[in-house]
Amino acid sequence: MAEQRDEQRIVITGVGLTAPNGNSLPEFRQALLEGRSGVTAYETRYFGPTLAGVCNFDELRYQKRKEVRRGTRAGGIGIFCSHEAINDSCLDWANIDRSRVGIYVGVTEHGNVETENEIYLLKGFDYDTQYWSHHHNPRTVANNPAGEISLNLGITGPHYTLGAACAAGNAGIIQGVQMLRLGDCDLALCGGVSESIHTFGIFASFHSQGALAKHAEPAKASRPFDIDRNGIVVAEGGCMFILERLTDARRRGAKIYGEVAGYAMNSDATDFVLPDPGRQAECIQLALRRAGMTREAISIVNTHATSTSSGDAQECEALRRVWGDNGHHTLFNNTKSFIGHAMGAAGALELAGNLPAFQDGVCHATINVDRLDPQCELPGLVINQPRQTARIDAILNNSFGMLGINSVVIVRRM
Amino acid sequence: MTAADIRVAILDILHDIAPDEDLSGLKEDVPFREQLELDSMDFLDIVMELRKRYRVQIPENEYTELASMGSTVRYLEPRMKDIAK
Repeated sequence: MAEQRDEQRIVITGVGLTAPNGNSLPEFRQALLEGRSGVTAYETRYFGPTLAGVCNFDELRYQKRKEVRRGTRAGGIGIFCSHEAINDSCLDWANIDRSRVGIYVGVTEHGNVETENEIYLLKGFDYDTQYWSHHHNPRTVANNPAGEISLNLGITGPHYTLGAACAAGNAGIIQGVQMLRLGDCDLALCGGVSESIHTFGIFASFHSQGALAKHAEPAKASRPFDIDRNGIVVAEGGCMFILERLTDARRRGAKIYGEVAGYAMNSDATDFVLPDPGRQAECIQLALRRAGMTREAISIVNTHATSTSSGDAQECEALRRVWGDNGHHTLFNNTKSFIGHAMGAAGALELAGNLPAFQDGVCHATINVDRLDPQCELPGLVINQPRQTARIDAILNNSFGMLGINSVVIVRRM
Repeated sequence: MTAADIRVAILDILHDIAPDEDLSGLKEDVPFREQLELDSMDFLDIVMELRKRYRVQIPENEYTELASMGSTVRYLEPRMKDIAK
């Protein structure tokens, strides 16, 4: 990848997002720089009071009420983010050949929300399945969020989701890059979405696992690297990027956020839930090799750390294996400390929140570190306050998930 | 339920299924599909809502009776006459 011809070089030219603390990249970035959390008190069926990252975007900006009713929250999030990304890219959308647009959406899971809702409603009919909705299948097929984007925008190129646990946001981006390079599409709408806060099951399962965050102050609950961290704050959200070939972007004079310089995915093959720092480090090193970059060239590493006791320490171990004592001034930050864990959207949202650093030179912080866990000490960890630098040249974005799935994306300044 | 009650019930269901539509000028014997943006899934919604709300079972080969407000009310009137409003 290091010496790609220009038509094989893939750049980001549009960003659309909804996060618990912002509904556009400028809003989101501002919140990250100001240390503003999006985590709030939340209550879900059966499970009761808990905490979550909740999005508050205008569902009716790009959908009719009927579409919202028929579709899924994940689909609605994807549609909102896709429109916003297209608008941001300044593409002449009316004249785009929509058979040449590909839609690649990362999801941690899909269908749990809709299935839980149907079973809840069916209980009112004594579990008589003749009252089971005909909408259940189109809502729960695994391609649903991408398919809803296709329907809403009249995109007739390929659409599908990538089920990649919490590595899914990066996986969506990687798929977009690959499909552009293969010539399968000329524009890729890609990223990730999450509707996970609408299923009680995810909260209950993390709780049973001892991995659900609790804190009297919601904004303090997601606290990666802090010694008192006690688990994940589940969040919803979405982020879709417009990717295109550098040649196409230059031809139309597009604003370019950065170039996807390298990526990698691999598997731990060790455990259902526990990460493996050895495989994580290998994934990072593979992405660096493919980008033709050394660790010294990375300005910011956006960590995956989810605020669990084991996961954060394991990732720090992986980072130490790559960066050693970090005499090269790479900075490390974390976005989940602000918004919680946006699951399938996490990788895409967290990358997006860092992209403006190419312009403003600021590395946003990881917040809520009152007492740094010695196991998580990393030279270059940007704690609680953003750090101004002279220049940011490359961002490396970690996203890892259950069943040992690892993903890394590197974006280079243009 | 009287014919008038059934008409109100159908309008209520249509309001939920097609919330963007203006139902105030709905014509009695013109097919719903010529007046509203309804597809086959929406018609299944009408069938399902009648089943859920009033326990009315409509056999699949009789779905065509629900083409317009007039035909729907005429079809449902004998089937819903013993249902309390």
